[in-house]
Amino acid sequence: MCLALPARIVEIHSDDSATVSLGGVRKQVSTALIEEPAVGDYVIVHVGYALSRLDPAEAERTLALLAALDRPAREQEPEQEDAAA
Amino acid sequence: MRYVDEYRDGALASRAAAAIAAEADPGRHYALMEFCGGHTHAICRYGIEDLLPPNVSMIHGPGCPVCVLPIGRLDMAIELAMRPEVILCTYGDMMRVPGRDRTSLMKAKAGGADIRMVYGSGDALRVARDNPGREVVFFAIGFETTAPTTAVALVQAAALNLRNFSVFANHVLTPSAIQAILDSPEVTATGTVRVDGFIGPGHVSTIIGSAPYERFARDYRRPIVVSGFEPLDIMQSVLMLVRQLNEGRCEVENQFSRAVSRDGNGKAQALVERVFELRDSFEWRGLGTIPDSALQIREEFADWDAERRWQLRYVPVADNRACSCAQILRGAKKPLDCAIFGTACTPENPMGSCMVSPEGSCAAYYLYGRWRDIPQQAKAG
Amino acid sequence: MMQDDRRPFARKLDLKNGQVDMSHGSGGKAMAQLVEELFGAAFDNPLLARRNDQAVFDPPPGRLAVTTDSYVVSPLFFPGGDIGSLAVHGTVNDLAMAGARPLYLTAGFIIEEGFALRDLARIVASMAAAAAEAGVAIVTGDTKVVERGKGDGVFINTTGIGAVPPGVAPSGDRARPGDAVLVSGFVGDHGVAIMSTRENLSFETTIASDSAALHGLVAAMVDAVPDVHVLRDPTRGGLATTLNEIARQSGVGMLLDERAIPVRGEVAAACELLGLDPFYVANEGKLVAICAPGDAARLLDTMRGHPLGIDAAVIGTVIDDDHRFVQLQTTFGGKRIVDWLAGEQLPRIC
Repeated sequence: MCLALPARIVEIHSDDSATVSLGGVRKQVSTALIEEPAVGDYVIVHVGYALSRLDPAEAERTLALLAALDRPAREQEPEQEDAAA
Repeated sequence: MRYVDEYRDGALASRAAAAIAAEADPGRHYALMEFCGGHTHAICRYGIEDLLPPNVSMIHGPGCPVCVLPIGRLDMAIELAMRPEVILCTYGDMMRVPGRDRTSLMKAKAGGADIRMVYGSGDALRVARDNPGREVVFFAIGFETTAPTTAVALVQAAALNLRNFSVFANHVLTPSAIQAILDSPEVTATGTVRVDGFIGPGHVSTIIGSAPYERFARDYRRPIVVSGFEPLDIMQSVLMLVRQLNEGRCEVENQFSRAVSRDGNGKAQALVERVFELRDSFEWRGLGTIPDSALQIREEFADWDAERRWQLRYVPVADNRACSCAQILRGAKKPLDCAIFGTACTPENPMGSCMVSPEGSCAAYYLYGRWRDIPQQAKAG
Repeated sequence: MMQDDRRPFARKLDLKNGQVDMSHGSGGKAMAQLVEELFGAAFDNPLLARRNDQAVFDPPPGRLAVTTDSYVVSPLFFPGGDIGSLAVHGTVNDLAMAGARPLYLTAGFIIEEGFALRDLARIVASMAAAAAEAGVAIVTGDTKVVERGKGDGVFINTTGIGAVPPGVAPSGDRARPGDAVLVSGFVGDHGVAIMSTRENLSFETTIASDSAALHGLVAAMVDAVPDVHVLRDPTRGGLATTLNEIARQSGVGMLLDERAIPVRGEVAAACELLGLDPFYVANEGKLVAICAPGDAARLLDTMRGHPLGIDAAVIGTVIDDDHRFVQLQTTFGGKRIVDWLAGEQLPRIC
């Protein structure tokens, strides 16, 4: 549930808020729920609030686990895949 | 979009699909419930079921805050909105949910109610500041993800002594719903619903952490993998659940480690604790009345509690008899099992809440997946 | 004081600080002055200059196309255009989707009492510029004023008349299994530009509306492929709704390739933020074309050779399907349907 997206903090404002950027779209969000936001941090944004900070190392680790999975047979044998389709 | 696009990669998806197919034991069936509507939506939106082997099936859970709000609570919001002094601020999701006698906020707005769609509680506060002569009520719904954002608005309203602002609080708690599913007669007595493991809430867990699910893994012997919402996150979580089940483990694992910790967001938890307390009981659509399953505004913030300000009273309303939302929310029925799915009940003209939000099982099925079932229906017929 | 009929209006319209009032719609002198000094001056052309209640002209040879559309956009001014340019582009495009060359437009204004003359002048100037650029004349019009609170600033209705070249007959019921489905460029720009300005949704983006007159692009397309089967501009309801309309009219299905559909990064990001799907977001300067498979390469080349079709792409094929589903092969590898837009597309949290 709950539509939330990772966005990068590009500017900190004085009133417990920050401007975040998501794919070039900028929006001002509240940072009242997180400790010490800093420019460059990625935060999970939901209904105009930063909910939590995103950990880049963990993000890489998740992707590395996926990348480490074996190549599937059907990728190596495209002809068979076509025939099946 | 960094940290989004990488997790939608088609090439990695086929690898994950192959790994799931290779590791799933052909001799057994894996029935996995994704708790969150966000997961349901992603599963249908990206066609994830096409990438899973036939013996891994997904059961859609009750984690859609729009879907689980009972008609009686929506009626209270409509009643508030109809008051001439009130501006009701709501998330867009709630606009088309049918209330009693098929009213809705959308219809109330057409009938003259001043209803404003907002992106969040902060916008509702702004509306209150801009309209000092009006009563601005924020219709707060959602699980633990959204509750802290409502708490911030209440704290700010109190600090500003903003007297024309109030909150109609409907925040509900995910562990209560998971417990209700596990204790439901379909799971315990009749065995008509088999849930071997859960894809656990991701965004909720950024706030509450993964620890609250540990008792389910331990006491109910069900593995739980807290998962992100991108399609690769879900694929990886399915793989992790298949592995746990193969190895006979029942643990809470955290696939969404880039955003979720075991203990969650302490600052947000403290804010929720300061503003809200447990409600004795709250009725959920589909799951019935569950004790200690929702939040209400504490006495300290009573001046900003719309329920107190207008002495709103909850009157339970039975769902439309033909509507199977209740069973669908418990995983006891699939959308297609409902007699009115796609006929009397469509996204244009919803009878039940599951057909409204794109996170609702019925709407997600109808919008993205119904072509898949048509050949089967034809065969069956 | 004697009235001088050569200078019928004592004072010029106050375009800086003046407001529209009820007298501007009364049919009296105030209205005549508004028509004369604002509309007449901006839209000037020989047919309009006769100041009759209708325009009379010789019909061009061949078949005629006629269309009407009302514009009620909020806000009135948005990045990339305003209600005035939109009222020209939208109607010109509706003509163009019949393969027609637009000739004449009418313009009906419903203005709310109190509306600033400055804003009206700005809208009218933008309309005049859009019409001049599109090579169409605004030949007759109407002005009404409604009481304050009974309108939303200004509503505009435009009717258009165009000439369809011989041998050209695109129609929504002509898609056939095997046909190629093309789109002329990035989808969703207009809707995102509009939403970025809405109160309570505010976000910043560099995306501007794609509002543009497409008849030039269409002229090149029907010149290259006169037998183009379907042309349609995916406005309200976006690409998804337009394709579903065509599928229903033609009694076919479609299979789209998500990877091939052009969506700008910022549009995709804004839609993620709002919980919307770019395929349902409005366009005002894009078209969908459906043609026989053998014509697809030539049509695509022609589109890409025109400034308004540089980013054109083949996005799918028409398939045989009694259920008339528009299906999408997702970038992720699965399949789903792309349904009609249900209700209004509302920003959501869930």
